[in-house]
Amino acid sequence: MTEQPIGRFRFMDAQRVNLDGFAVENPDLGLIAFNSPADPTPSLVVREGVVQEMDGRERKEFDLLDSFIADHGLDLGVASEAMSLDEVAYARMVVDPGVSRGEVVRLASGMTPAKLARCLAHLRPAELTLALTKCRARRTPSNQAHVTNRSDDPLLLAADAATAAAFGFREIETTVPVLGDAPSNAIAVSIGAAVGSPGILVQCSVEEALELQMGMRGLVSYAETVSLYGTEQIFIDGDDTPWSKAFLTSAYASRGIKMRVTSGGGAEALMGSAEGRSMFYLEARCVALARAIGAQGVQNGGIDSASVAGSVPGGVRSMMAENLMVMLRNLESCTGNDALMSESDVRRTSRTHPIFIGGTDFICSGFGSVQRYDNMFGPSQWNAEDIDDYLAMQRDWGVDGGLRTAQERDVAALRERAVAAVRAVYEALGLADFEDAWATQAIDAAGSKDVPNSDLMTPLNASRIIQDTRITMVDVIGALDEAGFEVEAQRLLDMLHARVSGDYLQTSAIFTEDLQVLSLVTDPNDYAGPGTGYMPTPERQREIDDIRQQKSVADLRREQSTYVDDGLVVIGSAAAGSDPRDVVIGVSPATGIAIGRTLCGLTVVEALDELLAGLEEEGCAGRIVRINDTIDLGLIGLTAARMSGSGIGIGLQAKGTALIHRRDLTPLANLELYSVAPSLTRASYRQLGINAGRHAKGATPEPERNPYSDEAIEARYHTTVVSLVAIERQLCRPGAAPEELGLSRSAT
Amino acid sequence: MTSAASGKDSTAVTLDAVRRGEVSADDVRIHPQTLLHQARVAEAHANPQLAANFRRAAELALIPDEQVMAIYEALRPGRSTAADLAAIATDLDQRGAVINAALVREAADAYRARGLLR
Repeated sequence: MTEQPIGRFRFMDAQRVNLDGFAVENPDLGLIAFNSPADPTPSLVVREGVVQEMDGRERKEFDLLDSFIADHGLDLGVASEAMSLDEVAYARMVVDPGVSRGEVVRLASGMTPAKLARCLAHLRPAELTLALTKCRARRTPSNQAHVTNRSDDPLLLAADAATAAAFGFREIETTVPVLGDAPSNAIAVSIGAAVGSPGILVQCSVEEALELQMGMRGLVSYAETVSLYGTEQIFIDGDDTPWSKAFLTSAYASRGIKMRVTSGGGAEALMGSAEGRSMFYLEARCVALARAIGAQGVQNGGIDSASVAGSVPGGVRSMMAENLMVMLRNLESCTGNDALMSESDVRRTSRTHPIFIGGTDFICSGFGSVQRYDNMFGPSQWNAEDIDDYLAMQRDWGVDGGLRTAQERDVAALRERAVAAVRAVYEALGLADFEDAWATQAIDAAGSKDVPNSDLMTPLNASRIIQDTRITMVDVIGALDEAGFEVEAQRLLDMLHARVSGDYLQTSAIFTEDLQVLSLVTDPNDYAGPGTGYMPTPERQREIDDIRQQKSVADLRREQSTYVDDGLVVIGSAAAGSDPRDVVIGVSPATGIAIGRTLCGLTVVEALDELLAGLEEEGCAGRIVRINDTIDLGLIGLTAARMSGSGIGIGLQAKGTALIHRRDLTPLANLELYSVAPSLTRASYRQLGINAGRHAKGATPEPERNPYSDEAIEARYHTTVVSLVAIERQLCRPGAAPEELGLSRSAT
Repeated sequence: MTSAASGKDSTAVTLDAVRRGEVSADDVRIHPQTLLHQARVAEAHANPQLAANFRRAAELALIPDEQVMAIYEALRPGRSTAADLAAIATDLDQRGAVINAALVREAADAYRARGLLR
């Protein structure tokens, strides 16, 4: 019989983080983040302008990657200076705000993969964060969204693309569960994005050749799925070579299409051919190769193998260091945070957070703007489930993570228009007819499960027609325009103009909403310490700060005013009672005037009803007196007790907090306190009334326990409390006499 | 103001022109000279490799889509013999795409050394 672990460990084992895989470091399998024993010692030997040895390997031993990097990727004019630099000295330069980005970039261009990997392995997490802030190419950070769904539903894709644009994403990446659907997806997402905002870049991630073909026809405006790997074997398994990738890179540029490559630590270990090297060293080869083939940018940081990188000691740090390495190679850095790397919300947040606060060209190389189940890349690190969390995080730290709040009515209108636009274009081009019910469902849907009328054959048929009749983006633009979507037609035409002018081919390019290119060239990062570098404009800061959930005192006052009715009326001035069964319920200054509802959702009148009923059960007579000269609950209760014939008083703040007081106690002492107002119920107020009655009769009641909760009650209510207290404070008048109130009708 | 591959000024490529059916594929295609300009910009911003890419792209800009895709396919591992790649390089040379021709020849050498020829 196996002995079962003690309760504490059974409990800990059941937590979500223990669904994650954690690997023992194993250099032979490439399961090591930094500095594997098999990583080469950095070296570079150059004779007559030709690299003869690089990172411990002689020219005749070069594999494909070595050859391409050695012959195309290094600035040999800087090499001897760069290679002789002390590793820690360079690491310090990378972090030092006094050393310019240009200088560390210049030196990196002369460093071999092993050298740069060694240097960056010295950086600790806080140093990496600062280095991202300083070394990213573009001054203004941004973000990319995934927009996909299980059924390749063109209407839902368009609605969700418009939604992603509304939330601020400047690049949208789609893909397909069914390869044949790709052209339809590309068009639907492009139209939806154009409905949402001008200047959104769109890609459809599929096999290299088809992706290029769609780009050539204008159906997408950038490409990203051009994968690089750090060992020769895996590179070839990926059906490419550095030369074919270099050519592909130029093919995209030759059509004026922005393109970045994809790599990421752990890929080689996952595919069983890491050659005993560390993930970071192999990634250093990928990044050096990306620069060598002339790509303007890289998405890396684990990517599809993020959970492999995340499974080893230091793996999460190495993913972040990969991003920094891209920046130091003077390339656009699209910083991973896409494939979900942990079942734990804490771990996945921890993985993203330093990158989020540091700021990068694209924080996520795919924030799943759709629900997890609809993400055909697999669930992302961040998903539709997390958009409000992310917006709150931006606001908490005052940082620009690329997103903005969108109002419900605006998104509803955009979704409706996106669906209408796709319907019109598909009908005009003879691609598909959509029934009304489908369209209605797609507009409202939070995900594809909400669109039962979606037909799986529609995107496939549409794609076949797009391919057979060689439909181009110009045809789509014509159809949009003819159907009355002139604004969107113009926006898509603008994206075609962009590929003619070529400015967005430069490093780290995005478009603003007024179609200005922001890139290394037009918006270079100039961070040089506090007070420099990117700062959100006041307008952008408002977008970050003004999340839709925030409330002002005025909002609260408006909300409360709807609960204030004529149920509570002033009878006259309050006098002290003499009946031993008299119990005064003292209420706070705003009660029934500006505040009508307690934090638990009961109205003040309902709470008072229960208190009175409880007193009555014990044969006591309750009187309601508004104490106008204090907002302190202890004093309210004590004042009530002193006016009470029985000497027992109840204090009630309009927000619902209540206590029982006795005339001979000090203000801060009391008999019973019901402090957790949000958790109180009718029954608790009834019990409080009963207990007060028993105190009045000289009996000793069993005190009511405050209800227990593991919820963040304070997070939910404290902001409201601040506003409610402010309202009470405004109505509190020093020296004002108490007033006796009557309930004009029963709320029960 | 930039000229497309067709020579048409981009300001002439309007929705009106689309309506009249007067926008051809070459009207929304980048001109080789524009890519050479972007190469100079990249060079000035400390990325000679990106500049080299744009220069290769300038050579490819006027080569038809199918041929560009066919060359890409030929460069993938195990697709081509040495003679195939030599023929592609010669063809590129004749079109004035000399940088791309050199890239293909370099690939042929590397593929021979690493056993990736067909």
